[in-house]
Amino acid sequence: MTVMEKSILGPVLETRLALEDLNARYAAALDDGEYDAWPSFFTDDGLYRLVPKENQDLGLPIAALHCEGRLMLEDRVTAVKETTMARPRELRRFVTQPRVLSMDGSEIVAQANVLLVETLLDQMTKIVLVGRFLDRITREGERLLFRERICVYDSLHIPNSLVEPV
Amino acid sequence: MAEASLEGERGFAKSERGKWPDGGVTRVPFWVYSDEEIYRREQDHVFGGANWNYVALEAEIPNGGDFVRSWVGDKPVVVTRDAEGGVNVFANSCAHRGVAFCRHNRGNTDLFTCPYHQWSYDLKGRVTGIPFRRGYKGKGGMGKDFSLEGRGATPLAVAVRNGVIFAAFDHVAEAFEDYLGPKMLGYFDRVFDGRPLKVLGYLKQRIDCNWKLMFENIKDPYHASVLHVFLITFGLFRMDQESAVEMDETGRHGALISRRGAEADAEASREMSNNLRVDFSLRDPRLLDIAREYPGDATVVMQTIWPNVIVQQQSNTLAMRHMVPRGPHAFDLNWTFFGYADDTPEMTQRRVRQANLMGPAGLVSVDDSEVLVMSQDGLVPYPDSEAVVEMGGKEVADAPHMITEVAIRGFYSHYKKVMGL
Ligand SMILES: [Fe+2]
Repeated sequence: MTVMEKSILGPVLETRLALEDLNARYAAALDDGEYDAWPSFFTDDGLYRLVPKENQDLGLPIAALHCEGRLMLEDRVTAVKETTMARPRELRRFVTQPRVLSMDGSEIVAQANVLLVETLLDQMTKIVLVGRFLDRITREGERLLFRERICVYDSLHIPNSLVEPV
Repeated sequence: MAEASLEGERGFAKSERGKWPDGGVTRVPFWVYSDEEIYRREQDHVFGGANWNYVALEAEIPNGGDFVRSWVGDKPVVVTRDAEGGVNVFANSCAHRGVAFCRHNRGNTDLFTCPYHQWSYDLKGRVTGIPFRRGYKGKGGMGKDFSLEGRGATPLAVAVRNGVIFAAFDHVAEAFEDYLGPKMLGYFDRVFDGRPLKVLGYLKQRIDCNWKLMFENIKDPYHASVLHVFLITFGLFRMDQESAVEMDETGRHGALISRRGAEADAEASREMSNNLRVDFSLRDPRLLDIAREYPGDATVVMQTIWPNVIVQQQSNTLAMRHMVPRGPHAFDLNWTFFGYADDTPEMTQRRVRQANLMGPAGLVSVDDSEVLVMSQDGLVPYPDSEAVVEMGGKEVADAPHMITEVAIRGFYSHYKKVMGL
């Protein structure tokens, strides 16, 4: 390995491992129903959107979930925990290895595919959606936080309801 | 002897399938939600014939050559803008062998070509070309008596009002304005007031229940005050708000109207108290930063237009909810969110934020899609049981309040008529 390769690969590998860890913790928190932890993955002004690919391709702004900032994320958590009436289910997220598109001192731009799978009573397990996270991640001290996490999903029709963030 | 006692033990009224139970529209037999034969008849008599079905917004096809795919009942159609600026709707089914030849969801073209045998269609759905029509080297081809005249994908009648496109299979359908009736036309024109519309996006879900349950849901204000904890908790919908349920003459169309209420009333709070959570407030009020945009004091008008669309005006979130039945046990709910072409960026942002309430992950509408599936789960195995629809009495007449199922009775009084039940 040349000095050049080492200096590029070192930080890239480190970053990828850090992102894998971030994605794993993020998915586990939601899979395990620890919804209160969800906003803490974002910066105070972090943007979360869950958008059909159709809208993304057409440049249309409507999203299935749209949260601007940590407070709006917290309001979604309140709804998920306290006000939504939904059938009991298990949801599980499968996030692929992140692909780092760019990184500098302040921001990492990365993408990863995501698959959301749902198990309801009396039913076979089924796919809720498949899509891709488009992430902008920033370092705050020791932590990596989402400045932007936009999940663009290919699936056209969501089967019945999507009761949690992806 | 043993058989007779078994019969007695069943404990529920065994209605004859196809015969509506006694009690008229105060009862709905569960078999209407699962029976295959009923489903097929609905395609002919509810969605087919002289019924004006919502298919698209004009804003989706602004230019000559623009097209979108859509649905009338479960039948695929194509909606186009022709070179003269006219709107056309025709069956997405090739006049040759039936291929659903338009395979892109939207686009711009001057010609559709069926991929199978390359029959081509113009923007009005007329056949313009057939390869090898005259055969090859004198052999084969269409007979001499075959004419292109009148050949095409089945055309539908089209009605356009203030940017909204409706289609009917029967070309002698009454004028759309008469079809809605003066009262419902008033609510329609309130949102579609002639200002150009702007599409803001689509959300889609497939709900595992009969399409009628969705329509009933939007004709049932009673549930909103008890099921939708989010609406109640954040003051968007309460029984102590001034409100009304209105219908057209036939009962097939309906509108739920809610007005900004006075102070919360103790009695209403008590009745809703199972679900009312007074200890919550929004951390970010921008989610419900509502701007008044229509004359009058109605804050919510949910309009059901027979047979296939719900016009949603919930505060500043506007959407067409287009229902596409997929057999007796499922339907697609296709939401087209829109605003007005002259909206400020702030208004658009408001509509995007408030859309959080709606769609497959909606803070409010998830309650509905979930409970509708639970309805289907409980109805289908008991086809001989029946629903009780007596909230607000047994009559079909407008009500100046929301504690009523009158619009469901209105719906079924028309449904029974057209279905011959
Ligand atoms: Fe509802």
